[in-house]
This record gives sequence, structure tokens and C-alpha cells, in this order.
Amino acid sequence: MELTGAQALIKSLEMQHVEVMFGLPGGAILPVYDPILDSSIRHILVRHEQGAGHMAQGYAQVTGRPGVAIVTSGPGATNVVTPLADAYMDSTPLVVITGQVATTSIGTDAFQESDITGITMGITKHNWLITDAADIPRIVSEAFHVATTGRPGPVLIDIPKDIAQSTMEWYWPSPGDLDLPGYRPVTEGDPALIREAAELLLTAERPVIYAGGGILKARAADALRELAERTGIPVVTTLMARGCFPDSHPLCLGMPGMHGNYTAVTAMQKSDLLIALGSRFDDRVTGRVNAFAPEAKIIHVDIDPAEHHKVRRADVAIAGDCRLVIEELLMALESLGLSHSDATRGGSGGTPSDAVAGATAAAGSVAAGFPREGLAPWRSELSAWQKRFPLVYDQQPGAGPLKPQFVVEQLRDRTPEDTIVASGVGQHQMFASQYWQFDHPYTWVNSGGLGTMGFAVPSAIGAKVGRPDKMVWAVDGDGCFQMTAQELVTASSERIPVKIAILNNAYLGMVRQWQEMFYEERYSEVYLSPDLPDYVGWAEAMGCVGIRVESSDDVGAAIDKANSVDDRPVVIDFRTDAFEKVYPMVAAGASNDDIMVDPSQVGGNPA
Amino acid sequence: MSMYGTDKRHHTLTVLVENKSGVLARVASLFSRRGYNIFSLAVAPSDNPKFSRITIVVDVESAPLDQIMKQLDKLIPVVSIRELDPADARERELLLATVEAGPDTRGQVIQLVGVFEGKIVDVGPAHLSVMLAGAPSKLDDFEDLIRGYGIVEMQRTGRVALPMLDRVDHRGQPATGTADTTEKAG
Ligand SMILES: Cc1ncc(C[n+]2csc(CCOP(=O)(O)OP(=O)(O)O)c2C)c(N)n1
Ligand SMILES: [Mg+2]
Repeated sequence: MELTGAQALIKSLEMQHVEVMFGLPGGAILPVYDPILDSSIRHILVRHEQGAGHMAQGYAQVTGRPGVAIVTSGPGATNVVTPLADAYMDSTPLVVITGQVATTSIGTDAFQESDITGITMGITKHNWLITDAADIPRIVSEAFHVATTGRPGPVLIDIPKDIAQSTMEWYWPSPGDLDLPGYRPVTEGDPALIREAAELLLTAERPVIYAGGGILKARAADALRELAERTGIPVVTTLMARGCFPDSHPLCLGMPGMHGNYTAVTAMQKSDLLIALGSRFDDRVTGRVNAFAPEAKIIHVDIDPAEHHKVRRADVAIAGDCRLVIEELLMALESLGLSHSDATRGGSGGTPSDAVAGATAAAGSVAAGFPREGLAPWRSELSAWQKRFPLVYDQQPGAGPLKPQFVVEQLRDRTPEDTIVASGVGQHQMFASQYWQFDHPYTWVNSGGLGTMGFAVPSAIGAKVGRPDKMVWAVDGDGCFQMTAQELVTASSERIPVKIAILNNAYLGMVRQWQEMFYEERYSEVYLSPDLPDYVGWAEAMGCVGIRVESSDDVGAAIDKANSVDDRPVVIDFRTDAFEKVYPMVAAGASNDDIMVDPSQVGGNPA
Repeated sequence: MSMYGTDKRHHTLTVLVENKSGVLARVASLFSRRGYNIFSLAVAPSDNPKFSRITIVVDVESAPLDQIMKQLDKLIPVVSIRELDPADARERELLLATVEAGPDTRGQVIQLVGVFEGKIVDVGPAHLSVMLAGAPSKLDDFEDLIRGYGIVEMQRTGRVALPMLDRVDHRGQPATGTADTTEKAG
């Protein structure tokens, strides 16, 4: 069967079971857009290509399947550079297809020519420039294979216009036809190292499981839970890993890092054994590296061996898929005498979190009732910290300023517990991560490594496309919202009913916080205004329902109203306290020992 | 310290890569992005037309060797990497130089080239072009000595290397001290 390159490309995507792609056409990609009309693949027309990339990321983060974006050459291609960099940092599988000028024009500075394979070399796992239509099925297969196996990541396929228009004889490659002699990702861990890790696990006195995004990539949440419950070792979940271990679980300590809670941060600091599972010792977690967890031995499991010893030397470095390694670790533990019957499944001693307004709903206490009696003193120390340093804020009723944390808690309590939450980058992101209760994997969509403002709206749309059965809320900042809000037009026209909560503090709040704390309150270019733009008017102009909330009294009703809308997006403009700060905080470059708690908790001896 | 990477903080990596366009750019871009220093780099086809061999001398003070090798290994077209400790490798390099060689010094230059077993490859009225192949440290010494006469232009190729053969067992196995990467990064 003879096909054009364009037809072969779309057919190859169909063969890869692509159900949706996000994109926007233009000159160089025109030939590829024609067969889209006849394809089973849904195409979502975005308003800016950055939106296409972030939608594909949101889709990928909640489904585990690769997200697909398709754009034209030149500016279309450069507009997806930010999502590619973001996906590369957060190991999100993406396949981005870019049009390119004809092969005969490449290198001549032709109209809308850009060297997108050169530009994205350092921010993709790999990229391909197609030079022969006959290569298309093989390259598409290779691209999906590379994006989704090993440490996942974004890939890019650049297709010149003349290649899309030329013809080829259709075939579909078998796995053996892939031409990737240099690509052999590891999966199973070394049994000797796993046994060594198991021995450390059984003798540590202050162990902490440091769970990262790799748990979610490896679909290892169940295995992690079993490991924690069988060993009684408490778990911290990084910003990238929120939801991989239930926040409501008595062994869950919540998020560590720059804005992590006191107990999670301090547990790692004081630990004698960190079991890093799919986490990478990011500077936002470690604080000053040479002061990080000084007494801890390190077990580091990662599918990417280059993460081992990169930041912190590991005592046992296991290259492998987190799920497989944890399963092997459980067997090793059993053979070392940790029997099944020791385990108290589900945990008996967790006191239900007291729903005091202003206190976090995170786990009550790191309970007794788990195996390894020797860990009891450690768990009670952790419980004491949790009691002494919960997350706090002060919402005065009525006319007092509306606290962003209160909004997040109300959202959490008034939506289904498996609601998907996307966020932008800034204070609102930290409040969302801190105050949401993540009890399910793949319910948190977030730009962790790159920290891309404007991520929330498009990634929430992509998430809703991937999981139409779930409610999807974006917790966004006013600054972030203004960067990509136009995609709500996409959502309205495609009837994608996402919900956006803008925590509108009229500032680039996170930067304002740093200027307040570290630049003597010299506020430089951070004020945005609460009502320019008019968010409600803007939302309505984009086909959404717009709601404004100024008082804490109206928060609940507004959320309930938003939840009842199912045929279009909703935007709520929450006018929040401009001067609220995110606590706890470890200042950039400081040691995690110098964590700053909420001023109301200062005093007395924290240790 | 030698400018050309003959001291201890330099390691030689021989990297087998797919013979596809852009491979060298990927390697170079990785080194610059991650702040690794390259002392020399030589690329040539290998005995298999599908693959090329890149010989890179890296500065292991800019980053630990382990990191450099693992990051390199993550590049999809990189098929295998072998590290050669200079102590266990036969390393060779080629130097071409045009040097001042007027009537007064011409004899001395020719003599020096002879001592180093180099060759005169071109002769002009006031200059000689010379060639020298050998171990990088020998080239360093030659360069130091010839500089006194005045170097007009000089090029060195960067080194290529093979593991030393085992003296006892001549089956052509890599000698101890060489490390083949065994696992590929995801
Ligand atoms: C694209 C981009 N530009 C700049 C920054 C730096 N930055 C980080 S947080 C922040 C402020 C975000 O403001 P807003 O969306 O209103 O959130 P808030 O912190 O007020 O909750 C800025 C400017 C960034 N992360 N991304
Ligand atoms: Mg703001």
C-alpha cells in the first residue's frame, strides 16, 4: 500500500494507539494535517503551542500514556520548547511532532525554518529529523519506545514538508526492526545489592523512605505501600511524588523540601537511613547538600544510573525499575526473616486527623502497631514533631482577609477525594501541595523541576481529556493564569469542563515573599493588581463561568456552584491575602536544620 | 602540567557511536551543557560502517568520571563506552607544525626532528613543516623544545588509544584497568 509520508505518520500514530493529540497547524505541517481529517485520532486545536505541550504533559501525567503534540515549523516549534524542557525535567513521556521546511531548503534560513532538533537536543531524551518517508513507521515506533521506557521523557520528531508529501510503501515494524543499538534500559535490580539494602533496612533505627516521582512512573504505589507497611518505615513524598503514598496513611510524613512540613524535613535530617526510591536529591529537597541528612546512609534506587552519586554518594545504588526493585526487596526482606505475619496491614494506631480549622489534615501520628518494634522510639519522636509543628494559618471569619490555605482546604473538602489537582508555580502551588490530601496516585499534576508558570490551565485541560471521568481542578496564581489563560478558549470550544481556582493575591507572590524576607521588603516588579484584568469578565469572554469570591464566608458556596457545572470551564477569582507567606521555609542555600517554621510556632526548643 | 592532557586528571574515553548525523553535536552539547571539560576529541569511522569511534580525553576534575560516562551513556546513539586509564593504554597522537628555520637554525631543527623520529613534510626558504606521531607526552616534549625556534602554526589531532595487550595471555582481551560499561541508562 502506497502512502504519503503524512499519511504514514498519522497511521503510525494510530498504530501506537494514540487517541488524542494537541496541536495547531501551519505551513510546514500542512500536509500532515490533511489526513488528520480521516483519522480516528482526536485533535484538540490549541490557541498557543505552549498550551499543546502542557496539555500533552497533563494527559501523560494522569494516564501514564505518552502525550502527543503536533505543531508547525519555526515559531510553532519554538513555542513547544518550554513544555519539552519541563517534561524533560519531570521525566514525562511526550512525543512532539514538528513540521520542518523542505529538505532542499534546510540550512538556507528559509521562511519559518528553525533548527529545532539542535535547539531541543539538551531538553529531549532524543530527537529525530526524518530524511526519508520510508523511515517514518520505524522512527515513530522508536520515538514511542524511547519516550516510554527506561526513565521516561520527551522526544521530538521533525518532519520536513517534502518528506510528508513524498510517498512510501507502508509497513509496520516489529520490535526487532527498531534501530536502537545504544538503547538498553535496565529494569531489574542487582540481587546482591538488593540483599544489602534489605539488611540495612532491618537494622536502621531512624529510617525514612524518600519517595520520588519515579514511584509514579514505575506504577509502584502499591509496592511502596507494602514496603512501608511491612517494615513500618515512614514515608516522605516529594513534590513530584504527591499521591504515590496516601497522605492519610499513619506512616505518611508528607512533603519534604524547601516548603515541606517540619516533620518530613527534620525526619530526613535526623535519619540514619534514607531509602531513596525514584527520587534524585534535588536541591529543593536537600537544601545545602553538604549539610543534608549528615548521619544517613543512603540506599538509592533509580532506573537512571546517572542519578546515582550525582548529588549525594549512595551506600547502596541500585539501578532498576522502582516497582521491580521494591518487589525484589520485599522478597529479600522475607528471606531475612521479616515475615508476612509481622505486618499490620493498613496500620491500626493512626489517630484520625483532627479537623481543626487551620491545622493540616495530614496523618495524625506515626503510629505504633507496625512491625519492627525497634522503630517505636523513632515513630514516637516523629509524632511529637507532628504535634508540635503542624501546618498552620489563621483564617479570621467574615471580613478578615481570605487566606489561600483556607481556600485550598475548602476545595479539598468539597470535591471528590480522587479529584485531580493541577497547579501553576508559586505560593499557590506550595499551598496546594501542602494542604491537599493526596490519597491516590496520579491525582497531582505539577511542574516540579522546571517550575513553569502557566502550567496549570493547559495541564488541567490535558488531564481532563485523559481522565474525563474525574473532576479536575487547577489551583492557579494570578500571575500564572495570565501566562496561558487563552487555553480556556480551547477548553470551552472543546467542552472540556475544567475548573480553575485563582488564588489572586495581586502579586507575583512567591517572588514578593523572597523580597520581603531577603531583600528588606524592597518590592521590585512584583505587583500585578487584583482587578486588572477583570478575571470574571475575562473568564466569561472565554466561554467559561466566572465567579468572584472576596470573603471566606462565600468560599464554600462558590466551590459547590463550580462543581455543579459540567458543560464548560469555571473560573473562580479568589481574592486572597496578598501578604500571606508560605511556611515552613528553608532559605535557598541554607541547611535543612535551619528550617523556618511559622512565626506563631517559634519559641521553645524545637528539638 | 601539560596542556594536552597527559597528566593524571585526564582520562581517555573511547566511545562507539551510531554513524548518524548530529551525533558529534549531541556529544559536544552534552559536555558543554553539563560543564564537563574536553581536552581533546578525535572522531573517525570504525571498522563497521554503521558505527564511528570518538576518542575523548576528559578532565575528571570538572566532574567525576562516573558521572561523565553515565551521562554520555544516556545519549541514545552512544552504543558503548570504554574508559582507558593512561597507564594501561597505548595512546598516540599526530602533530603537524610549521616552524621558523632560517639558515642559522635549520640544521638544529632538522636534528631535533631526527632525534624525535619525526619527519620533514615540507620545505620553504625560511620554514620547515614537520610531522611527529607518538605518545602525547612525547609530543609535549617536542613541542616545548621546538617552541624556542618559533612555531608559526601547529596542529595536534587529539589522541586515539587502544588498551594495552596482556603480556601473559595474548588472546586480545582488554587488559585489566579498562572498564566496559555494562548497563545502559534509561
Ligand atoms: C515562566 C516563569 N517565569 C518566572 C518564574 C519565576 N516565578 C516563580 S513563582 C513566581 C510568581 C508566581 O506568581 P503567581 O502566579 O501570582 O503565584 P503566587 O506566588 O502569587 O501564588 C515567579 C515570577 C517562573 N517560575 N516561571
Ligand atoms: Mg499571585
